[in-house]
Amino acid sequence: MAKPVEEVADAMFNMVKDAQGMKKLKPMDLTKAMIEFFGDEVDKKLCKLAIRELIESGRCVYTYFGGSFIELPHREGAAND
Amino acid sequence: MADLPNTPLLDELEKGPWPSFVKEIKMAAKRNPMGADLLGQLEQSYREKIGHWKHGGIVGVFGYGGGVIGRYSDLPEKYPNISHFHTMRINQPAGWFYTSEALRKICDIWEKRGSGLTNMHGSTGDIILLGTKTDELEPVFSDLQKIDFDIGGSGSDLRTPSCCCGMARCEWACYDTMALTYDLTMHYQDELHRPAFPYKFKFKMSGCPNDCVASIARSDMSIIGNWRDEIQIDQDAVGEYADKGMDIQSDVISNCPGKCMEWDGKELHIDNSYCVHCMHCINVMSKALRPGKDRGATILIGSKAPIIEGAFLSSVLFPFIKIESPYDKIKDTVDKIWDIWSEEGKNRERVGEFIQRVGLGNFLDAIEVEPVAEMVAHPRENPYVFYEEFYEEDDGEEEEEG
Repeated sequence: MAKPVEEVADAMFNMVKDAQGMKKLKPMDLTKAMIEFFGDEVDKKLCKLAIRELIESGRCVYTYFGGSFIELPHREGAAND
Repeated sequence: MADLPNTPLLDELEKGPWPSFVKEIKMAAKRNPMGADLLGQLEQSYREKIGHWKHGGIVGVFGYGGGVIGRYSDLPEKYPNISHFHTMRINQPAGWFYTSEALRKICDIWEKRGSGLTNMHGSTGDIILLGTKTDELEPVFSDLQKIDFDIGGSGSDLRTPSCCCGMARCEWACYDTMALTYDLTMHYQDELHRPAFPYKFKFKMSGCPNDCVASIARSDMSIIGNWRDEIQIDQDAVGEYADKGMDIQSDVISNCPGKCMEWDGKELHIDNSYCVHCMHCINVMSKALRPGKDRGATILIGSKAPIIEGAFLSSVLFPFIKIESPYDKIKDTVDKIWDIWSEEGKNRERVGEFIQRVGLGNFLDAIEVEPVAEMVAHPRENPYVFYEEFYEEDDGEEEEEG
């Protein structure tokens, strides 16, 4: 049985939170980790929905540093206030 | 109007008969103080030979991961009006057709909420709106949506698909580039706005092998119009060219890379089996020759400009397919390519680099496409096709002999 989107989004959020400041995670990193963690209960399509939920809830943001990543919202170093 | 800074180096770029971006920035500076500070910072950069922009990595509009490129000045005290100077990429209409009313609305929004400076168009194909503050990003997005424009792609996502004007203006177009571009843009909205790839992915659609949008050099997937029957010849029109003084032997026949044409002074003969579809003869004798009637496209994959690896040109994936709505074959193939590339590609690895790393044979296996001779870019140099059954037999014999 498939996991609810919110549960996968929560697991992704925890992963992003734990990695913040140490490793930048791409959407596919999260997807692969969820498939490994939840097994047959998730697939790429469900992970895509979970990422969308993460972004649209404002808990995470897309960032760009040579490539696109998913991170917690934060003040960027380059910003001029 | 803000006082313009003294810019002797930039002023050199106003000289001569050609258009000058310095002239344009000075005009914009009459209406917006960002222009004066931009000139000041640019002059300083030219003088010091140092760029003074910082790259932002977070700014964007809510829910989207692309379309906004963050820029900050590293001299914000000296040039406060360009302390923030973010770029927005706006999805252009297929073929770059606008009404003047639509253009005025875009310019009105940008004069109100940005620097007023635009780049029509960027090399990506998008409408580029240059210079705004972080606080204005959401209002610009909202204003653009009210006039039916959306933000384009940037970062590791599908970049805004772009195409030549195709059947709208060009008689050589072998398929409707604008229809395909619009369809792919709408079908892949999620991939366009929510970056999920190892790196960028670009579609560019050209209606014929003239490839006016240079898709073969600039796009990960080049969809180039083509035909698979015979070039249409109007022998009377060929005769007219000759009567009017065209040296058909020198200007057409001798320049044919396939050496597939003959001219006996009365009739032009083409051995179409040797034609490489370069378009030279059709371009030179446009009244006499036309692409064939059985039209579609050649799909190529893998070109890119040099960043990680050097520049690549696309190589053939499908020598010829019919381009008809709903474009299922293209979409099925694209989905399979994205699937394997997203899963196995390294960070910042374009699909062409990925293919080179894993080998075209393995890549074709993964996307379930049969190898064909047209995929060989350089004869005897690209052993893409492995005859595994023979390879294994020989391997066994060698071991026995050894």
